[in-house]
Amino acid sequence: MLDIRGIRKDFGGLQALRNVSFDVKEGDIRALIGPNGAGKTTLLNIVSGIHEPDDGEVIFLGENLVHMSPARIAQKGVSRTFQNVELFGNMTVLENIMVGRHAKTKAGFLASGLRLPGVVKEENEIRQRSLEILEYVHLTNRRDEPASNLPIGEQRILEIGRALATEPRLVLLDEPAAGLNIKETRELGEIIRKIREELKTTIILVEHDMDLVMGISDSITVLNFGEVIAEGTPLEVQKNRDVIVAYLGEEEEVQKGYNVNP
Amino acid sequence: MRKNDRLSLLIFAAVVVLVPVFSGSGYALTVGIFSGINALTAIGLCILMGYAGQVSLGQAGFYGIGAYVSSILSVHFGLPVVLSTLLAMIVAALAAVVLAVPALRLKGHYLAVATLGFGEIIYVILNEWGLGGPSGFGDIPHFGFMGYTIDSTTGYFYLVWSFVAVVMFFSMNIIYSRTGRALRAMHDSELACKAMGLNVTALKIRVFILSAVYASLAGSLYAHYMTFISPSSFSLFYSILLLTMVIVGGITNLWGAIVGAVVITILPELLRRFEELDVLVYGLILTLSLMFFRKGLVPILIEKMHKLRSISVARH
Repeated sequence: MLDIRGIRKDFGGLQALRNVSFDVKEGDIRALIGPNGAGKTTLLNIVSGIHEPDDGEVIFLGENLVHMSPARIAQKGVSRTFQNVELFGNMTVLENIMVGRHAKTKAGFLASGLRLPGVVKEENEIRQRSLEILEYVHLTNRRDEPASNLPIGEQRILEIGRALATEPRLVLLDEPAAGLNIKETRELGEIIRKIREELKTTIILVEHDMDLVMGISDSITVLNFGEVIAEGTPLEVQKNRDVIVAYLGEEEEVQKGYNVNP
Repeated sequence: MRKNDRLSLLIFAAVVVLVPVFSGSGYALTVGIFSGINALTAIGLCILMGYAGQVSLGQAGFYGIGAYVSSILSVHFGLPVVLSTLLAMIVAALAAVVLAVPALRLKGHYLAVATLGFGEIIYVILNEWGLGGPSGFGDIPHFGFMGYTIDSTTGYFYLVWSFVAVVMFFSMNIIYSRTGRALRAMHDSELACKAMGLNVTALKIRVFILSAVYASLAGSLYAHYMTFISPSSFSLFYSILLLTMVIVGGITNLWGAIVGAVVITILPELLRRFEELDVLVYGLILTLSLMFFRKGLVPILIEKMHKLRSISVARH
């Protein structure tokens, strides 16, 4: 469903991505891993339209997303979360989800101001659907709190809930487990798996927590210095020599007692 | 709209109805009319700044467009005042689109300076090309519709405040709607808005138009009440006065715009007794109120009420 072809992106003299190509199957959880600075977030930003690549194409359901605005891409069915959580901090948890329903609804300034009958009905639908989503991600008990009051773990899950509210076909998760403890990470993993199984949503996961990555991914793409160095199932990737080198350095060091398996 | 706001709107209506009964139809009521006119503009600025997070120091420009366009149309082209007021709102909306174009690329201080420039441009245009130049012009007809002219102070008071009530109703509906949520969301994170598929550009243009239309309505009401206007009423000073109203009342609450407009309009009148010291006392009160009630009068009042309620609940 997502076909990334020959993506190149330079930031001044820095080559962030060099000829990156891979494709993601519908319904898969694809992890994108690699050392810091490998270009993982840059790639997510290109898929979601925040950056434009210098070369290459991003084909999503047969359409090239390059040159489309982020909002347009979101409307096409690609939603995402952010590494540095980007919630609407002054709004309540429920309202955050309700904003996620925006692109799927219509009421404008005039209709809202006059409170036309259609608006009332639509507003009820938005609320109803948003409450269901809150229930789905287990945040119902937090619904009326300002989003910025939530601990980081719940903020990250709320961001996922808000992404789901747009009814995406593809969700990009940028380090959803960063700052989470072991218990929270496990819950996060369960929610991601549930989304894939029940909603059939395709997921691209950028993550450093290897337990989470190895536990839930169907396949993994490894980036290093802006290039794809390996691709395969979690097991294949763990055995890949290039990956071990990228993460841990040259072989002698590995033999000194480092082990890539956690 | 929420239950509390419906109740507030009722109390508000009751107060408006009763004011002329106690104030008589003299000077105090005239101050009431100006409070209402300022409240209209302040509500627009409150949505623009407090909710959507866009700064404007150019609202006097829209206010001036409302006053001049509707006056010229009614004096020189003989259009009925209601029609000329509506046409002025359309002109102001178009001007807002012009202002929104640079505003889309700017934020914070830069946006403030750009809007300030816009207000100044309108001010210069009114001075150079406006009817009567810097000295303005008169003989503007009173507000009226269907052959009935409103020329009594009490009548005009009710007219202006009815507009405030309608604008308030309209605005609160917007705030608690999909559109209002989008505006507040834009204030918190434009990046996340885009990722949710919100068209941030369209939202910004529309909220500027909304505030411009309110200001234009206020300007028209002002012109047709005064029957005489000159550019000096539409200078940067008015834009800053509006900003003061919205901040003193509480920028995060629509009611704050009304309270702020009333307080800031009445205050100079109350300070008359200090004679030559009045400006000094006025400045002192503003400075102190910003130091001690930084959130603004209405939000602080709401906090206090919540506290009282939780204390009384705890006692039972």
